[in-house]
Amino acid sequence: MNTHDLIKAIARDAAAPRPSLGLLLLGACGLASVIAAIVFSTLLGPRPDFAQAAHTSRFLLKFVITATLAVTALFQVAELARPVSRSSHRVALLAIAPAILLAALLMEIATIPAAEWGARLVGTNSLICLTMIPLIGMGPLAVFLAALRYGAPTRPGLAGAACGLLAGGLAATFYAAHCFDDSPFFVATWYSLAIAILTLAGAAAGRFILRW
Amino acid sequence: MAGDESAYAVFLERVARHVRGFCRRRIVHGGVEPEDIVQETLLAIHLKRHTWRQDEAVMPWVYAIARFKLIDAFRRRGRHVEVDIDDFAETLAEPEKEASMTRDIDRALGGLATVQRNVVASISVEGATIGETAHALGMTESAVRVALHRGLKAIARRFVQD
Repeated sequence: MNTHDLIKAIARDAAAPRPSLGLLLLGACGLASVIAAIVFSTLLGPRPDFAQAAHTSRFLLKFVITATLAVTALFQVAELARPVSRSSHRVALLAIAPAILLAALLMEIATIPAAEWGARLVGTNSLICLTMIPLIGMGPLAVFLAALRYGAPTRPGLAGAACGLLAGGLAATFYAAHCFDDSPFFVATWYSLAIAILTLAGAAAGRFILRW
Repeated sequence: MAGDESAYAVFLERVARHVRGFCRRRIVHGGVEPEDIVQETLLAIHLKRHTWRQDEAVMPWVYAIARFKLIDAFRRRGRHVEVDIDDFAETLAEPEKEASMTRDIDRALGGLATVQRNVVASISVEGATIGETAHALGMTESAVRVALHRGLKAIARRFVQD
């Protein structure tokens, strides 16, 4: 078949409907949130003193950081889903969540005696954090990768990593409601590590799944 | 870019010319056939046309896809063993045959399910319309449309797999 013949066949298929990529990604976010909520409530559920904890700034800050990470990662996913990116400076948005975390760390260093730093960093449930965030994020990661297959990512590994970061931010937002360790020391260490696991998994999977 | 088939075909012919030049300038030595990349790019442009934003220029988007397909082809072919060029000295001296230019798509077409292959061949090689194809193959028009769309998707997938 020569190229001219191929064009005839493609042109006859012009009317095939093409749902919007943006809407599909939004739908994926909804589905991923539902999956994360089901896994979270089945395996963990919120901590018993949730109502009291909700009045403390350290507890609330965890949600601010993880939700900010999820939203900024979503922008990256939407950007990497297309062959041409609209603006390169959107990458800088990814620095917002780490910047808030860094500010919280500095506050913690300034207000808490150095003798307590170690205990706050180690926390009480780091292993649960390291297993549960990837566990809650696995389903959402699969959903985001599946949605990106409808896109045309020219950097599949990077796009997969962005999916992992988004899934990690989403999973950590749910997990934070269960987690008893509210210190920025703990969040910076164990949340980051858990989210990094999902990001690496996304990057590795993206190289195979996101080919087109 | 939606709706009008003949305008779409004209656009795709123009894209093919641009991408052909783009690939010929970049493929310095063999291994990757420019026309394979042109066809692969055309299929990708069609199947991924929802990734083009309507408020943006279309050619940067086309070239981004062509560049991706070219790099991907180099990467795929790179896995194969390099052979000494002397082995092919006689073959290379022969003028390029038309048939050898499009080996990838013919192989992909050969791998399709029978119905899809018949529909794609009828519309492309024979230049039949949807209606003529439906009549000739004893199918409904919507079945022909579905088979054509699935056939094109399957061809694009086989390009990536080989």
